[in-house]
Amino acid sequence: MDVRLRVWRQPKGDVTGEFIDYEANDVSPEASFFEMLDQVNEALNHAGEDPIAFDSDCREGICGACGLMINGSPHGPQQGTATCQVHMRKFTDGQLITIEPWRAAAFPVIKDLVVDRSIFDEIIESGGFISANIGSAPDANAVPVPHTAAESAMDAAACIGCGACVAACPNSAANLFTAAKITHLNLLPQGQPERYLRTVAMVETMEEYFGSCTNFGECETACPKNISIDVIAWMNRDFVAAQWKNLLKAGQA
Amino acid sequence: MTAPTSPILDAHVPDGPIWAKWDKHRFDTNLVNPANRRKYDIIVIGTGLAGAGAAAALGELGYNVKAFTYNDSARRAHSIAAQGGINAAKNYPNDNDSIFRLFYDTVKGGDYRSREANVYRLAQVSNAIIDQTVAQGAPYAREYGGLLDNRSFGGAQVARTFYARGQTGQQLLLASYQALARQVGLGRVQVFTRTEMLDVVTKDGRAAGVVVRDLVTGEISSHSAHAVVLATGGYSNVYFLSTNAMNCNATAAWRAYRKGALFANPCFTQIHPTCIPVSDEFQSKLTLMSESLRNDGRIWVPANPDDPRPPNEIPGADRDYYLERQYPTFGNLVPRDVASRAAMRMIEENRGIGPLKNGVYLDFADAIDRLGRETIEERYGNLFEMYQRITDEDPYTVPMRIYPAPHYTMGGLWVDYNLQTTVPGLFAAGEANFSDHGANRLGASALMQGVADGYFVLPATISHYLSDWLNVDPVPTDDPVFVEAEAAVTAKIRRLLDIGGTRSVDHFHRRLGHIMIDYCGMSRSKEGLEKALDEIAALTEEFWRDLKVLGDNESMNQSLERAGRVADFLELADLMVRDALDREESCGGHFRVEHQTEDGEALRDDEHFAFVSAWEWEGEGVAPIRRKEPLTFENVELTQRSYK
Repeated sequence: MDVRLRVWRQPKGDVTGEFIDYEANDVSPEASFFEMLDQVNEALNHAGEDPIAFDSDCREGICGACGLMINGSPHGPQQGTATCQVHMRKFTDGQLITIEPWRAAAFPVIKDLVVDRSIFDEIIESGGFISANIGSAPDANAVPVPHTAAESAMDAAACIGCGACVAACPNSAANLFTAAKITHLNLLPQGQPERYLRTVAMVETMEEYFGSCTNFGECETACPKNISIDVIAWMNRDFVAAQWKNLLKAGQA
Repeated sequence: MTAPTSPILDAHVPDGPIWAKWDKHRFDTNLVNPANRRKYDIIVIGTGLAGAGAAAALGELGYNVKAFTYNDSARRAHSIAAQGGINAAKNYPNDNDSIFRLFYDTVKGGDYRSREANVYRLAQVSNAIIDQTVAQGAPYAREYGGLLDNRSFGGAQVARTFYARGQTGQQLLLASYQALARQVGLGRVQVFTRTEMLDVVTKDGRAAGVVVRDLVTGEISSHSAHAVVLATGGYSNVYFLSTNAMNCNATAAWRAYRKGALFANPCFTQIHPTCIPVSDEFQSKLTLMSESLRNDGRIWVPANPDDPRPPNEIPGADRDYYLERQYPTFGNLVPRDVASRAAMRMIEENRGIGPLKNGVYLDFADAIDRLGRETIEERYGNLFEMYQRITDEDPYTVPMRIYPAPHYTMGGLWVDYNLQTTVPGLFAAGEANFSDHGANRLGASALMQGVADGYFVLPATISHYLSDWLNVDPVPTDDPVFVEAEAAVTAKIRRLLDIGGTRSVDHFHRRLGHIMIDYCGMSRSKEGLEKALDEIAALTEEFWRDLKVLGDNESMNQSLERAGRVADFLELADLMVRDALDREESCGGHFRVEHQTEDGEALRDDEHFAFVSAWEWEGEGVAPIRRKEPLTFENVELTQRSYK
């Protein structure tokens, strides 16, 4: 099959970018989206033009390194699928495909389709963990975890940190990402001691950099791991509870 | 090539009965007191399970740690893609498991080419791994009573594998990444993302630091420390098509080798039996379907290779469940090397299935009948989904098509019992070292080793080396050793950019992959390996003459990154082939066609080859020297491995 590409090219973060059109001919419908781009890059390299830069590592939808805005949809046309698992059979012969990087102030472009998502690390550093020093753990079966709690925690923990939720959101909010981690840890008995501290710390860090959630729900649709927007409700509940507890501690409630 | 008089390597294995060695060793190890730890700087390269785990553990202990990753976040290391699970000797299922049995299974599974003491220690610390990761919030699968669930993996007759759906690696890596993030927040660890290590720097024979390249700005800089830990994974990408992530590479380990660290058993590579078969020539990587699927899936090919019926219409009588037929005791759960070779034989006998006749079926119809679709979904849902995305076929109704693919490398930097390489102060952890899996790794043991090395072994052993350097500053980065190393790195980058040829990096990488899979893959012969040596040399010459890398060093340049990695893969490939030629026996994943039993199983030669081959770099264009670490087995009897 043949497809036409309109790709965002930007040599560096501080240089203005633009769309450039390319053609990808004789693409196998069995090829993955990145294999199609590999083919385009091979041709560009051959022609002496700088290949298109994009992040991609595991190519099996789990590392979260990849993420392209394809025809205006984060990760492209297939629900619950990271860019690296989208295959060309999802497109039609002759189709025009527009490819952009994630667009969000908190994710500045580094080059072409590569963006800087390091603020996500900062959110995790502020509280997205359980403080359990190595060596100090009790027997793994000492604390039973209800099956449903473990399963729901796992649903939230499936987040791959790709940033599609932010890219999809009209407000560039990172609530789905932040709430997924908070929910994973707050649902487990092991996560209880730091539950409210964690929630406040992570929400405050998130709000320093990202827009506010207004319940559009675009994030849930864009998420390659189908993380439910319910996690945002869980986070909000714990955030409110944390404020209440703070007031209690201060003798104000 | 072989130097029979070369000194024998001392692995510093402690004396005493096997069960007491680790305890005794920890007592004999010099300590660094908590107040002195902040006087030490440690560099960790790689943030996978071993690297992130080591960085977090060392940070918790109070050392100053700098961790480096080429990814944009520590959370993306390829440990994240491990699917099926992690082994431990908990014996929660009450099926007669024990530390000794896990140790025994691992040594046997490795076809008796691993170091007993290291494997025993691995089994000993395995239980603490489960405790620790549960405390850190890893959402393992649970029974309805809230206790942990287990499943079986290849090469074992007990259920000792803990799992989080088909995403166990993800959940364990995230636990380590979060522990690391906590240390970053506390200011004890600094993480350098999008930064690639390009050389190890030594001074007076010991590790002094590293030279790195900032992948965004191209800046070359040096970092010095009292000790350097390499946790940079394996080298399966030497085959181009493998289950490894696109950027996994051998550069850090290879640079260490060129600076004096010995490289052990480079030809011990694992070709994993259950991957999605290649579908076209543009394919960029292969995708694993977890070994855990063999718990419930049955492997078969049509009895009649020309059977025109779709698989689900072929009745049982017309199917050959060849693993169950050939290995009735272990059935579909034989170890990986055995399963891979059995699949290879089916393809060679023209009994393969699928459009390219390059696969075998992995069928869940019986399991779905027996357990119901919901149970299968809960156990393997994400794997089925991944399969569906790639092949556009629904594995709930049509059997999966699978074929072996390069997946893991048992070989790696030679380390002693302390995980120290032959360069003092330079340590190697996880898949980057060679120590625990012999000639074949059992399923669910890579996660176990990564966490064990990073959380428990390295933090305990590194203090012995560090204790000698109390109040001694690390070598300053303006020392001539760093200046020279930076100049060499810069010159190599210049050289790659200046070739100005006509072929892309991927072109050379693909061709190298073909040579390696054809001659140094699932089966190897003297003739083929000798041919490979010539072909690699010719390809290397062509690479340095005809490579085309556009752009410059001073900005993000992904072709340049890959070019450096492929240059190192070319050199490593040569060493792998030499090692495969030198090892005149078959063992585990190393199958020399000249050495096989009557039924085509690997035939070891314990009399002549019960040793670790550790190769020493002798300089550019000079054949490396093979040194030996003899393997003695005091607790496991050497037998012909049988899974029948």
